[in-house]
Amino acid sequence: MKFKQSTIAAYIFLAPALSAIFIFFFLPVIAAFLMSFSDFDIYALGDLSSVRFIGLKNYLQLFDDPLFYTALQNTFYFMIMAGPLSIAVSLGAALLLNSKLVKFKSIFRLSYFIPVVTTLVAVAIVWRFIYHPKFGIINYILSLAGIAPVDWLGDPATAMPAIVLMSVWKNFGYNMIIFIAGLQNIPEDLYEAASIEGANGWQKFKSITLPMLAPTTLFISIITMIGYFQLFSEPYIMTQGGPLNSTLSIVQFMYQEGFRWWNMGYSASIAFVLFFIIFIGTVIQFKIQKSTE
Amino acid sequence: MIKKIFLYGFLIITSLVTLVPFIWMLGASFMNDGAASVFPPIFIPDPFTLVQYKTLLEKLNITQNFINSLTLSISVTIVSLFFNSMAGYAFAKYRFGGKKFLFNLLLSSMIIPSQVTMLPLFLLLKSMGFINTYMAIIIPGMANIFGIFLIRQYCLAIPDSLIEAARIDGATDFQIYRKVILPLAIPILVTLAIFSFLGTWNDFLWPLIVLTDDSMYTLPVSLANLMLEHTKDPELMMAGSVVTIIPVIIVFLALQKYYIKGIMMGSVKE
Repeated sequence: MKFKQSTIAAYIFLAPALSAIFIFFFLPVIAAFLMSFSDFDIYALGDLSSVRFIGLKNYLQLFDDPLFYTALQNTFYFMIMAGPLSIAVSLGAALLLNSKLVKFKSIFRLSYFIPVVTTLVAVAIVWRFIYHPKFGIINYILSLAGIAPVDWLGDPATAMPAIVLMSVWKNFGYNMIIFIAGLQNIPEDLYEAASIEGANGWQKFKSITLPMLAPTTLFISIITMIGYFQLFSEPYIMTQGGPLNSTLSIVQFMYQEGFRWWNMGYSASIAFVLFFIIFIGTVIQFKIQKSTE
Repeated sequence: MIKKIFLYGFLIITSLVTLVPFIWMLGASFMNDGAASVFPPIFIPDPFTLVQYKTLLEKLNITQNFINSLTLSISVTIVSLFFNSMAGYAFAKYRFGGKKFLFNLLLSSMIIPSQVTMLPLFLLLKSMGFINTYMAIIIPGMANIFGIFLIRQYCLAIPDSLIEAARIDGATDFQIYRKVILPLAIPILVTLAIFSFLGTWNDFLWPLIVLTDDSMYTLPVSLANLMLEHTKDPELMMAGSVVTIIPVIIVFLALQKYYIKGIMMGSVKE
């Protein structure tokens, strides 16, 4: 009797959260999957009966769409540049702040971390002016070194690297915190033993720090990859996907197709390709991690 | 000694570089129109003026956007804390059929990007008449898997004996949750409250989709909209950015200990 009662209590405790998640998360996921096989468009918004099942047509059309390849390429380019750079910078910052030589750690940690909590839209606007070709801080610093002004966000060759730099600045503090936690979990006596055997700083880093941080690094690479693959606000604010679509991301492409042109079936197929890539990326990273263990 | 000077020099310079965008933002927000568009860039307003903030308040009705952001962030935080804490507690301390299955289902679906749900969710909320209302933001934010997970982790460490003792004293299940679990879970609730508040405050894509009226916009949406119209006015845009960022910085500075702990907890492998 008692067991039964507490089971009922458990279900009552779960009911609000789980029904919210089922109705407003799982159900839409399934609906989006079905939508991606339909011709759901602006007419369907007014009259649901006009929706037809069209099989794989959206996906076939997607793989024929040059804009999709542009968005895919841009997003990969962004992730491949920003991901490793951000992880390297956060590891470097974590190592510095974990050093016993440093005092006032919390002040430095705070200033590295502030960009993480600030509103992305607001800082993207600030950076838009920092990259200003005539009056921006970046070009001013370059001018001190005698380098001619660069139209960072106006040139297809430099627009994405500019967004990469800004994103690394925005995010590295987050991963830095996780790395610091990982570093603090490495037993001190490992380093002491290595010192007795005469290992230098680099050797200790290579054969103790890096292997001991492997699980942390895996976690960080996965969340960084997932986060960066959803790139949207930075280009939306700084370049609107331009110039010449050089910063158009997958999510922006999905947003435009779905919520600007109301090609919702087509847009749903883009969303599922995004999901599929994130899924594969996660599996690959787990496999790499396993094979190095 | 030389190593130490080098280390500190490096830390100080990189910290300053990290903060430069904020310093420039703050300086430019107190300048007159056009004063920030000079070469070389200046950081200190001369003369100092509040004219940009005045424009935001009087002409652009930013107070309404501020109220929207604040109301939404607080509502989502309160509702989700309540829902997540009950579910997290149930997963940690109760035995019931399908527990493992449900929990694993939730955990593994954390990999699904929220963009996948956006199109049907939009249609669902539209059919309920919630587009361009607060409900369009609050409803999808009522519960989240990460929050349930964090609270479950925390509740696992609460000794069963406390719960048993309360039960022997005749407390009902809800009283145990309310009087025993919640007070003990305050640190994790504060952590989650910050995540939730900042997440809602800073969110952009979803509010951009479901809020369609100037008067309903949150600060980021309003700011983005302004940006695309007022590109030429960096001083005004910087004032708008300051207004958007200050609240999150205050919340973070006041409660940073909890926030940092939450990031570390979220990264602990099962």
